[in-house]
Amino acid sequence: MRYVDEFRDRTKADVLVKDIRRLLARIGRDERRPLQIMEVCGGHTHSIFRYGVEGMLPKSIELVHGPGCPVCVLPMGRVDDCVAIAERAEVIFTTFGDAMRVPGSRKSLLQAKADGCDVRMVYSPMDALALARKNPAREVVFFGIGFETTMPSTALTVLHAEREGIKNFSIFCNHITIVPTIKAILDSPDLRLDGFLGPGHVSMVIGDAPYEFIARYYKKPMVIAGFEPLDILQSLWMLLKQIDEGRCEIENQYARVAPAGGNAVALQAVAQVYELREFFEWRGLGSIDHSGVKVRDAYGGFDAELKFAVPNAKIADPKSCQCGEVLKGVIKPWQCKVFGRACSPETPLGALMVSSEGACAAYYQYGGIKRGRDEAEASVA
Amino acid sequence: MNMVSFPPRRSRGTVHVPTVTLAHGGGGKAMKDLVDDVFVEAFDNPLLAPLDDQARIDLLDLAQYGDRLAFTTDSFVVDPLVFPGGDIGKLAVCGTVNDLAVGGALPLYLSCAVIIEEGVSIDFLRQIARSMAATAQEAGVKIVTGDTKVVNKGACDQMFITTTGVGVVAAGVELGAHRARLGDAVLVNGLLGDHGAAILGARGDMALQSPIESDCAPLQGLIASLLNAAPNTRFMRDPTRGGVATVLNEIAEAAQVAIEIDEAATPLRDEVRGFCEILGLDPLYLANEGKIVAIVPPDEAERALEAMRAHPLGRQAAVIGSVVAGEPGRVTMRTIFGGRRIVDMLVGEQLPRIC
Repeated sequence: MRYVDEFRDRTKADVLVKDIRRLLARIGRDERRPLQIMEVCGGHTHSIFRYGVEGMLPKSIELVHGPGCPVCVLPMGRVDDCVAIAERAEVIFTTFGDAMRVPGSRKSLLQAKADGCDVRMVYSPMDALALARKNPAREVVFFGIGFETTMPSTALTVLHAEREGIKNFSIFCNHITIVPTIKAILDSPDLRLDGFLGPGHVSMVIGDAPYEFIARYYKKPMVIAGFEPLDILQSLWMLLKQIDEGRCEIENQYARVAPAGGNAVALQAVAQVYELREFFEWRGLGSIDHSGVKVRDAYGGFDAELKFAVPNAKIADPKSCQCGEVLKGVIKPWQCKVFGRACSPETPLGALMVSSEGACAAYYQYGGIKRGRDEAEASVA
Repeated sequence: MNMVSFPPRRSRGTVHVPTVTLAHGGGGKAMKDLVDDVFVEAFDNPLLAPLDDQARIDLLDLAQYGDRLAFTTDSFVVDPLVFPGGDIGKLAVCGTVNDLAVGGALPLYLSCAVIIEEGVSIDFLRQIARSMAATAQEAGVKIVTGDTKVVNKGACDQMFITTTGVGVVAAGVELGAHRARLGDAVLVNGLLGDHGAAILGARGDMALQSPIESDCAPLQGLIASLLNAAPNTRFMRDPTRGGVATVLNEIAEAAQVAIEIDEAATPLRDEVRGFCEILGLDPLYLANEGKIVAIVPPDEAERALEAMRAHPLGRQAAVIGSVVAGEPGRVTMRTIFGGRRIVDMLVGEQLPRIC
C-alpha cells in the first residue's frame, strides 16, 4: 500500500537501529544509565507497541510514554458531567469511540448507553451536526475532546452550526493544549528526561514555534515526529545526532505533514471559537494553568456547559492509581501497584488503561505485562 | 437409505398483505399463510413438508456418515441485514454450517427460528428466506424445522434469526484445540477481516465508500478437502467475532502452548488494510464468515496448503505462523517492521481511536 509500506520498511529500520546503537555508545549511555526520551503523543505510544519498536532498540535508550492521550488525561469529574448531560431525555450525546469506556465515578458513557441514554458513536463532529439537523426536536451534544489536533474540527463545526442557524447543537468542550502540559512536566522536580519526540499532528496545526522554549530554557532537544515506525526510529536518530553533536533544537522530522508555521486557517477557527481557561484539571497531573480551552461567550449558545449546567464536581483520582507518575515517566506502567491486577483494560481503574493509546493499555495489550518482572522475555526481539 | 413415507401434500397458504403484522405471529391462519408462502416455499423438502412440531430423522440414515452427532446453534442479529457479499439469511446458514464443519462434521440438517419485527415487508422476508435456501443448497444441508415469532415495533431490529444444526462426524476424526503441538503450522484459507470491514463499511456511519465484500461462505467442502489431505489436522475454528487473534489465543490457552504469527505472511486485502489504517482498527480482530484457522502437524502442512489452494474458497490460503516454544497461552507476532509484539484477546469492542 503506497504511502504506508514505505514507512514500515524493515531494511531501512535495521540501518537506523544500527546507527542509533553507534550513537548511543558514542554519547556514553548504557543499560545502567539509559537515555530517557519521552514520546509526548499517544499515537506514538500506540505505534511503538504495535510494531514492536521498543524491542528493536538497545537497552541504553528508554522510551517514556507521555501524556498525549486526551482520553487518558480526562478526569473522572468530566466523565460524570458527560453522563449527566447524556441522562437528559432530550439529549443525543455523541462521542468518539474510545471515550465511551472511560470510567466516571458513577459510570462510563458505555454503561450510560446500556442504561438507556441516547449515546451515539460518531467519527467526526460534522456527523453530530448532521444528527442535529435530522433531529430538530432533540438536543445534540458533541463530546469535544483532544489536543490541538481535533480542536479545529470542532471549532469549524460550531462555525458551520452558527452559519446555518442550528440551535439544537452544542459542544461539551474538553479540549486541552499540549504546550503548558509539556511545561508542567519539565517543571516537575522528579524529571529525568533527556529529550522529546514532539507530537506530529498537534504540530500540523500549531507549527513548531510554540516549542522553542523547551530547547531554549529547559535545554532539552525535541524532534517533531510522524507516526509510522520508521518515522519514530528516524526521529530518535535525529535526537541522538543532536545530543552527540552538542546541539539542542526543535527539529521537524514530519515536515511532509506538519509545516513549520502550522495551519493558519485551522488556528484562525480555533481562535475565533475558543479561549484559554485559567486552568484545567488533568487526570494524574492535577490542575495545570492555561492547559484547556472553552467556548467563547460569543458562541455561548453552542456551549453545552452553559446550556445544561453540568454538576462540575471534582472527583479525586483513585488512591491506588499511579497514572500521574507513569505520565511523567517517573515509573513504568508495570511498576504501578495495580497494573494488570486491579487495573486492566477490562476493568480500568486509571485512564491510562482505557484507550489503546494509553501507556498502560499499550503495555498490557502489546507486550509489556511481564516486562520488569521478566525483562528477558520481552526483549527476545 | 431407509424408506420414509410422507403424508400427502397439503394445500399451501398465501400471504395477501405487503407487510408482516402481529397477526402473522398469532398462531392462526395468517401465520400458517406466512410460513407456507415464505418459508416452506423457499426451503421445500420432504422432512419439512409435514410441518409437524419436529422433524424426524432416521438414525440409520445418519449413521452412514459416521459415529458421532455434532450439534450446534447460533443466533444472527447482523446490522445491516443486507450487506455487500451477503445478507442475514446467508449468514445464518453459513455460520451454523461452518460451526459444524470445523468440528470435522458433515453438516446435514438445520432448523430456522425467525423473530420478526412487525412492519417488515413480506417481499424482504421472502428475499431472506430464498437466500437461506440457496445457501443451504450450496452447503448441502436441508432446513427441516423452524419457528416464526412476530414482535412489536421496536422489540427487535427488523429480524433476528437462530439456526441450529446437526451433522455427523466420521469415525476416526478427532479434533481439539488442546491437541496443538510444538512445531505445528497455523494456516488460514484466505484474506482476513473482509466480513468485519464490509459490515462496518455498510453501516454507513463513517462516510467511507468501500468496495469490500463479506467473505460469508459455507466451508464444508473446503474443510473436507483439507481433512482429506491432512488427516492428522489437530484443530480448526472459524474466526468470526473477535477475529483470528481471538481464536489463536483460545488455542494457545487450551493447548498451553505459545503461538507466533508472521505479519508479513498474514493475507490481507489492500482495501481492508486501508480501512483499518484509517479507522485505527486491527484486522486481526475483525470478524470473518468464510475463513478457518487450522492447526496442522508440520509434515502435513504443505499438503494442507495445497488442498486449500486448490479449492475456490482457499485460493489465497497461507501458513501464517506456528506453535513455538514460549510462555504457554501467549500469542505473539513478528511485525513487518522486524519487531515483535503480543497479540492479546480483544477486550470489549474495538473502538476507533480518535487521533
